[in-house]
Amino acid sequence: MRPLSHLERLEAEAIFILRETVATTENPVMLYSIGKDSSVLLHLAMKAFYPAKPPFPLLHVDTTWKFREMITFRDETARRLGVKLIVHINEEGVKAGINPIASGSRLHTDVMKTQGLKQALDLYKFDAAFGGARRDEEKSRAKERVFSLRAPGHRWDPKSQRPEPWALYNTRLRPGETLRVFPLSNWTEGDVWAYIAQENIPVVPLYFAKPRPVVSRGGALIMRDDERLELLPGEVVEQRSVRFRTLGCYPLTGAIESEAANLEEIIAEMAASRASERQGRIIDHDGSSSMEQKKQEGYF
Amino acid sequence: MNAAAPILPGSAIAPLRAPAGRPASLLRFLTCGSVDDGKSTLIGRLLFEADAVPEDQLAALDRDSEKLGTLGGGRDYALLVDGLAAEREQGITIDVAYRYFATKKRAFIVADTPGHEQYTRNMATGASTADLAILLIDARKGLLTQTRRHAFIASMLGIRHALVAVNKMDLVGYSRETFEAIAADFQTLAKGLAFSGITIVPVSAREGDNIATRSSAMPWYSGPSLLELLETVEVAPETEGPFRFSVQWVNRPDQDFRGFAGVIHSGTLHPGDAIRVLPSGTKSRIARIVTADGDKDEAIAGEVPTLVLSDEIDVSRGDVITRESDALLARREITARLLWMGEEALKPGAHYVLRLASQQANARLDALHHAIDINGYGIVEAESIAMNGIGLVTLELDRAIVATNYAVNRELGSFILIDRLTNATVALGLIDAGAPRGLPAPEIPTRTLTRLLGRFARWGGGSNEGHKRSIAKAISWRVTGTLDTFLLSYLFTASVKIAAAIGATEVITKIVLYYFHERAWAKSRFGLKDRPAGHTDGAGI
Repeated sequence: MRPLSHLERLEAEAIFILRETVATTENPVMLYSIGKDSSVLLHLAMKAFYPAKPPFPLLHVDTTWKFREMITFRDETARRLGVKLIVHINEEGVKAGINPIASGSRLHTDVMKTQGLKQALDLYKFDAAFGGARRDEEKSRAKERVFSLRAPGHRWDPKSQRPEPWALYNTRLRPGETLRVFPLSNWTEGDVWAYIAQENIPVVPLYFAKPRPVVSRGGALIMRDDERLELLPGEVVEQRSVRFRTLGCYPLTGAIESEAANLEEIIAEMAASRASERQGRIIDHDGSSSMEQKKQEGYF
Repeated sequence: MNAAAPILPGSAIAPLRAPAGRPASLLRFLTCGSVDDGKSTLIGRLLFEADAVPEDQLAALDRDSEKLGTLGGGRDYALLVDGLAAEREQGITIDVAYRYFATKKRAFIVADTPGHEQYTRNMATGASTADLAILLIDARKGLLTQTRRHAFIASMLGIRHALVAVNKMDLVGYSRETFEAIAADFQTLAKGLAFSGITIVPVSAREGDNIATRSSAMPWYSGPSLLELLETVEVAPETEGPFRFSVQWVNRPDQDFRGFAGVIHSGTLHPGDAIRVLPSGTKSRIARIVTADGDKDEAIAGEVPTLVLSDEIDVSRGDVITRESDALLARREITARLLWMGEEALKPGAHYVLRLASQQANARLDALHHAIDINGYGIVEAESIAMNGIGLVTLELDRAIVATNYAVNRELGSFILIDRLTNATVALGLIDAGAPRGLPAPEIPTRTLTRLLGRFARWGGGSNEGHKRSIAKAISWRVTGTLDTFLLSYLFTASVKIAAAIGATEVITKIVLYYFHERAWAKSRFGLKDRPAGHTDGAGI
């Protein structure tokens, strides 16, 4: 009997987790952030329930500051696969004028992303939400469970997490409790790209290098995706060949200078890189434990 | 072990610095040992030596080392892996952290597990999916209770290779005598365990001695470095076995399709194979093996296909599909080793929810046979098991489940117990029907007898002597007996006619008498040796 390859094992594990969730929870949803990890997760969901469609909707918590190409890609993907897409915007945040430039990354992320997510989960009464987070991304995520229990109010208490021996997942919930489920827990960034290449999964073109209008701000290259990004004195917009390793709100996402215009070149570039994946994420760097703190408050 | 979708993780292309295009093998290991033995420092050091720490993280580490480190501003590698704020403040590891790195030869998934006794359950969780255990021992302290406990749990969970790292050698002047004394102690301890390979290495995680390269400070040590061992240690190949598949979810998108999505625990499957669905025992054949990449001609252990059967039979989540010829049976009772993780102690008579593969049942603790003394690894009588204790129990279930011994198949041989009120996971279990039960406590024989009589009442059969068997035995005995009666009668009477008449009458009366006599005995346990009830339900174990 031929042993399964690493990618086959990772794929089987993720499919197993997707099905366990659907079989043992009432009302699951898939958080769809449009990035490469979400693309892989959605692809796995299409496989796990084939020939049926995934028996849950996608939920995108839109901060209204995503790259325009992301929104186009999101709508095209939902149409192409015939899956239900729910888009939720925290209207209170919009009314209050919260934005990543004037309000700062911390407040913007809290109101538009974390609060927005909680609103949507409560509104539709979802009891389990799939996310594409991986343990290799960040230190506090390395200790995250595959099935992460959230107390009423969506708080994450690292000390009350349930042990997960073997592949035995305790998915029982008391009223008000919910689950975050991470089928890609054991994948690395390299695995994700290798799988995208193997399965020919469409991803947002922003991952591939091409000349884009960027300004250099606070040591990062920020793409000027629309006129809302006002130029500060002395700043100039330059056309540079850049791409993105992760995708978020465009004013908070640093581009990297790159010529890697296809999957093969991306994988080669990554193998030679000395920087971590989330380096371009401005929100991670507000103090060493900041991701853990955001998680306790309900950030995904 | 068999593929298990779930145990798995891994990747040929590991984080950032993978050797492109070269498929590396995968090793999953955990680090364990007592608190402060230096586990997190060791992993941080391994990540650093394997060149798996990106520059921005290294810069953050240097900032953190200055702020929080205990090494006077020197690089504190433990801070690379202790991710939770509480852990950083207290300088201890609370939860299992998983790390991913690769060298040219291998990809690694590391479970960094806590040393504190109250987090033993987290250590067991990390061990349940590992191929190898690195047991750390502080050279200044030698073997501690927690070392013994972790060694036992690693062995119990089926880890065959123990790599013992005697750490902090720099703090004992790299003393050969100290190392050899600890090595000898560990060899003695390991006699009570089931490791098939043990390697002992003197290291200093902080100084990097014998981590990636051999240390010049310990010229007396001629063996390989820790990383060399991790790259080359042979891991037992996955076992093959009979085809066994757990149904996770019934896939029914429309009237025309009805498939059973699940995971193959062991064996292979082809379209056309004759199968049986347990616990019902209904038979059918495999019509199609469906995947999103098209129908398959073969499915193997670890894969997660959707099976379509040739008959419209009732199949639901938790059912197990086997080959028709498989002797596996469902049972209502299991004997297992438990690692207790609940805050409240385990007590006989208590009720829990049991989850095993995709199956769920309510379980009652029928008997606690004994506990394990973690120091001497001996069997001790026990009334209950406290948190982090280990014991052998028999559980009675409210519905039949399909299971095997843990040694036969990890996925069908392992389970968790869940508290019905708090929903906390309170125990992990390994089915071990063949385990020595030790000396039963005085009240147990009575309890067993009562239970067996209860089973007789439920199923109308108190022993393994069925009615047909009793009748067959009665007839075979009568043929022998009647010949004897006929011969004796002929010798005494010298009349064939009388002898034949006595023989013929006796055949009828005694067959009837024998049957009733046999059934009467079948109801009695007198003189029988107690038989573990878990065996009576078969399952070929």
